[in-house]
Amino acid sequence: MNQFADFISWLVGIVETVLAYPEPLVLIVVLALLAWQFKRASLGLFVFLGLSLVLNLGMWDNLIITLASIITSVFIALAIGIPLGILKAHNKVLDYISRPILDFMQTIPPFVYLIPALMFFGLGNVSGVIATVIFAIAPPIRLTALGIKQVNDELEEAGQAFGANWWQVLIKIELPAAMPSILMGINQCIMLSLSMVVISAMIGAGGLGKPVLRSLNIVNIGLGFEAGLGVVIIAVILDRMFDRA
Amino acid sequence: MDQAKIEVNNLYKIFNGKKKREISLLENGLSKDDILEKTGATVAVNKANFKVMPGEIFVIMGLSGSGKSTLLRCLNRLIEPSKGTVKIDGQDITKLNSKELRNYRRQKYGMVFQNFALFPYRTVQANAEFGLEIQGVSANIRKAKAASALETVGLSGYEQQKPNQLSGGMQQRVGLARALAVDPDILLMDEPFSALDPLIKKEMQDMLLDLYQQINKTIIFITHDLDEALKLGDRIAIMKDGEIVQIGNHEEILNQAENDYVAEFVQDVNRSRVLTAADIMSKPVALLYPQAGLKTALHKMRQNKLASIFVLGKEHKVKGIVKIKNVVSAINNGQQKLKDLIEKVPTASPGETVNSLFAKIAELDTPIPVLNEKDQLKGVIVKTDVIANLATDQI
Repeated sequence: MNQFADFISWLVGIVETVLAYPEPLVLIVVLALLAWQFKRASLGLFVFLGLSLVLNLGMWDNLIITLASIITSVFIALAIGIPLGILKAHNKVLDYISRPILDFMQTIPPFVYLIPALMFFGLGNVSGVIATVIFAIAPPIRLTALGIKQVNDELEEAGQAFGANWWQVLIKIELPAAMPSILMGINQCIMLSLSMVVISAMIGAGGLGKPVLRSLNIVNIGLGFEAGLGVVIIAVILDRMFDRA
Repeated sequence: MDQAKIEVNNLYKIFNGKKKREISLLENGLSKDDILEKTGATVAVNKANFKVMPGEIFVIMGLSGSGKSTLLRCLNRLIEPSKGTVKIDGQDITKLNSKELRNYRRQKYGMVFQNFALFPYRTVQANAEFGLEIQGVSANIRKAKAASALETVGLSGYEQQKPNQLSGGMQQRVGLARALAVDPDILLMDEPFSALDPLIKKEMQDMLLDLYQQINKTIIFITHDLDEALKLGDRIAIMKDGEIVQIGNHEEILNQAENDYVAEFVQDVNRSRVLTAADIMSKPVALLYPQAGLKTALHKMRQNKLASIFVLGKEHKVKGIVKIKNVVSAINNGQQKLKDLIEKVPTASPGETVNSLFAKIAELDTPIPVLNEKDQLKGVIVKTDVIANLATDQI
């Protein structure tokens, strides 16, 4: 259990170090250029203005911590969720069993995850990441499975007729054909992670959730809005960067 | 006799049943419906037996639900046969384990599907490369082979398009190229042209027959269309309720129906095949106009190896016919005018049947012109055309 916690903490640490290494303005410009290059010029402009605002509000360090937690959580959730989704699509028993479990995971109030995470891993970012992974893993599992199940049987039959084995059918037919659905799962996973990362400030995770929680405790509307705005800006950027189009 | 390419023996396919029980019921003479009622099992293929020779186009014809697609899939075990053997070049492929079967599919078979089954996320080129990719062929060879397969089906220049940018006929060409790229011994074609509109369908049939002359492959072709079966098939198997009710070449199917089912099918075809003058007429190779001289007439006939030539007046109206022997003797006698040599001929209308044409043309030594209601020339019919078509009409 400790090794697991150490591993997660190490992972978050690496991402955080990488993100915090360049000057904030340099990172902002690089991200803006990436958004411009891969999406649209308007998104690039939004990234530049939005992140500059966060920097100006003095929320930059919190933003980096939040981003590092999201990246780590999403990475773990996808690394587990997509393979599970593939299995779920192919295995009827697993499909049947997983359905109520996923329902449970998606509908239970997210605060409830915090308690066992806190009990096992104590206060801090690691508990936050683990609670986030559990909360955000359901959509990639479900949407990966759905995408694969919706692949036209004729395509799989064509693959088999040309002598493709299980692995070739998966890699060359099922995954590419299911890609739109899988990408939607990834997008959902990112957005859920973001909302959970903020909530997990309640168990001592750092980041933008911390000032939100504090503003609530000391009834400081201004602070709450500043931190909340940071969350919104990150949310919009991540959503637009990882949507399908 | 050569060894059969494909030999199917006592093949059964039962869905939703215990197999052995249903097969023994079938052997005891129960029908498909009896078994469905008694056991809830569906008999898809009932004791299929046939041989396909190398390089043959073997058509399996039947209406929907007759088990033809299931039978096709039993040949490469996309559907596992319940009982019976499928021998390819003498080797029983029902005994292969899954790895051997995959290798067999890679080497021996190309398959073309009714709804094309193209990969929408791949370009035309990448679709054609698919089979080779599965075989593990290196990228360069893959590219070259796929390009040549695409060229064979007439799709050069479309390599970088996605399938949904192409028309139905072109999509199926991609499907065919994908199957041809692996250079298979056997092409399995599951109603490949059924989803296409009639003109494109005919074009694709002609292309397949053209290809068939160039490539030395055994083709199993599934269709529900008897005309298509007769056009493409060297031999035809007709299926009904999972059973093959007759196998034979064109003449056997059309002439010697072994049961009412086949007879009924064939009757429709024969009825639609009453040929008319319009069906068998051909374009005249050369024509004359009244103002032409005798020398021109002689020259035209010699050039086109004709014994006689039609003379046309204004608005394409037929004036009559000029025979070469009369032209030659007129020139020898020093005559100048073509007009005097024109003879009247009996004419035909486009809707006349071959039988009535036969009566007209039997005594003539010249072709007869086919005229429309305005007496304009639409085509000509020579005696051999009529006789040849009379013969096929009576098959």
